[in-house]
Amino acid sequence: MPLTQDDVREIIRILDASTFDELVLETEGLKLSLRRNGVTSPSTDDAVAEPRPSAEAASSAAVVASSAAVAEPLAGTAITAPLLGVFYRAPKPGAPPFVEVGQQVTPDTVVGILEVMKLMNQVTAGVTGTIVECVAQDGALVEFGQLLMRLEPEA
Amino acid sequence: MTAIMRLFIANRGEIAVRIIGTCRGLGIETVLACSTVDRDMLPARLADRAICIGPGPSSDSYLRAGTIVQAALGTGCDAIHPGYGFLSENPVLPRLAREHGIVFVGPTAEQIEAVGDKLAARRHAEAAGVPVLPGAAVRDIAGVARLAAEIGFPVLVKAAGGGGGRGMSRADHAGDLAAMVSLAIAEASAAFGDPRVYLERFVTSGRHVEVQIIGDGDVVLQLGDRDCSVQRRYQKLIEEAPAPDLPDAMRTAMLSAAVRFARALAYRGVGTVEFLVDVDRDAFYFLEMNARIQVEHPVTEAVTGLDLVALQLAVASGEKLTMIQDGLAMSGHAIECRLNAEDVRQDFRPAPGRLSRVEFGTVEGIRIDTFIEPGTMIPPYYDSLLAKVIAHGATRGEAIGRLRSALSATAIEGVPTNLAFHLAVLSEPDFIRGGVDTGFLARLMARAPAGP
Repeated sequence: MPLTQDDVREIIRILDASTFDELVLETEGLKLSLRRNGVTSPSTDDAVAEPRPSAEAASSAAVVASSAAVAEPLAGTAITAPLLGVFYRAPKPGAPPFVEVGQQVTPDTVVGILEVMKLMNQVTAGVTGTIVECVAQDGALVEFGQLLMRLEPEA
Repeated sequence: MTAIMRLFIANRGEIAVRIIGTCRGLGIETVLACSTVDRDMLPARLADRAICIGPGPSSDSYLRAGTIVQAALGTGCDAIHPGYGFLSENPVLPRLAREHGIVFVGPTAEQIEAVGDKLAARRHAEAAGVPVLPGAAVRDIAGVARLAAEIGFPVLVKAAGGGGGRGMSRADHAGDLAAMVSLAIAEASAAFGDPRVYLERFVTSGRHVEVQIIGDGDVVLQLGDRDCSVQRRYQKLIEEAPAPDLPDAMRTAMLSAAVRFARALAYRGVGTVEFLVDVDRDAFYFLEMNARIQVEHPVTEAVTGLDLVALQLAVASGEKLTMIQDGLAMSGHAIECRLNAEDVRQDFRPAPGRLSRVEFGTVEGIRIDTFIEPGTMIPPYYDSLLAKVIAHGATRGEAIGRLRSALSATAIEGVPTNLAFHLAVLSEPDFIRGGVDTGFLARLMARAPAGP
């Protein structure tokens, strides 16, 4: 059962209005884990959506990360926007992108830039691993916390 | 003229809901800036689109002019409404917006600067023939004693960059003046990045009365006065329109002084000219001008029947005012209570937290401006305003009665609020009589320290 962005919003609203602090929803190929802000950090296992092979599951995860910051970012697997800005995958138009799918990165590897009023801010990978998906479009306005790329952390 | 098709709202809470409401009526699309902690709140759901601009602390979100303009550009907005607070009176935002061809819903950057600097505003007032309190800028510490003696004690030491009650201290005699001025200069440098301070006569019994004006850059009209004397440490709690029990001659003079002041600036937008009424001397003095929509604007809307946000959007897009001063009719009396998440027993300390129950009574003549619902989390980063309850009646007595009925039928649970405190104030004989001064609430608190 694929979840739409609206479904996720609705789930978050229900959780938010409830007295519960945490919600874990598992369907085929997707594990959605939501937690209120301020609730003490649970074990890493809970915070991270299960690695999933299907493309459908991956896109559902993207919906979660970009639709609401209440949803726990997929720790270790997501590179999210550190600020609102226009996202560029390459240093200048026509230039090769900073990173491609399949590329190995280290925490300091620059994966893109965010422009805020002509000010270019570098986005780094943050962890060591392999880029598995580039989610945000080149030249698109991205919100604070929006999913930019997914990577497979090094075991 | 630039018709506004899509408006970017750089604010949150009840004023965001208020602005969206007017835009819906005008067929203007809305994009709301929100921080991570605000993104599931009512305003974000009401807006056509909500865009996350940063984390909770406002210095990383609502106070970032560059991020606001970038977000407005990226979402195809042609105008930015700053609401009140945050960037609403920061000239950086209108400048940046102008550079990028976006309309700023407010006055020009130059007009904001002209009234934002308290010393400059004083000079503008004097030039426009608007009475100002006896006072003068402090040029050197050695001269303050003579300056204060000329003005007469007690005096207020005020920061030129302050406002809204911030950056003020009172000296009762010459003995502690020099030390107080030195401290004020140090504090003003730290708080406002501006070391200039000035002395002003302290009015022992004063009322805070302000005039709502609107200008289109050419014509300036006054939309009546408001009394905001029910304050605690310069924070307004109850506001009403018109100001009760004000001598006719003073009201007329004050309204025209406000218009003169704004006209001298060729003011465009809504604004409020604040005055201090010296009850003992039967005189009024210019305090400051606020170059934005005010929290208490609904009481003016109630008695004039106007939509001030719609007027803001109209003059911002270059339209000229079509109404005339003599065509404005005031009807009845309106009073507003600010319901805040604060603990009256803990010295009115802000009390963030999650609301478990939110119910507003339905009473005739009542308007509720709010953003809260059951389950809403009141974050610790912003002001504690939960809702404004505005009562309109044919008479002041009727408005008070309706307000009391509405508050009695209101229940907000989950965090402490000042609801019961408001009900107690509305039952005070002095308040019911009307025309209290700004010391009223402090005297009430002194009588019953834990709250009436």
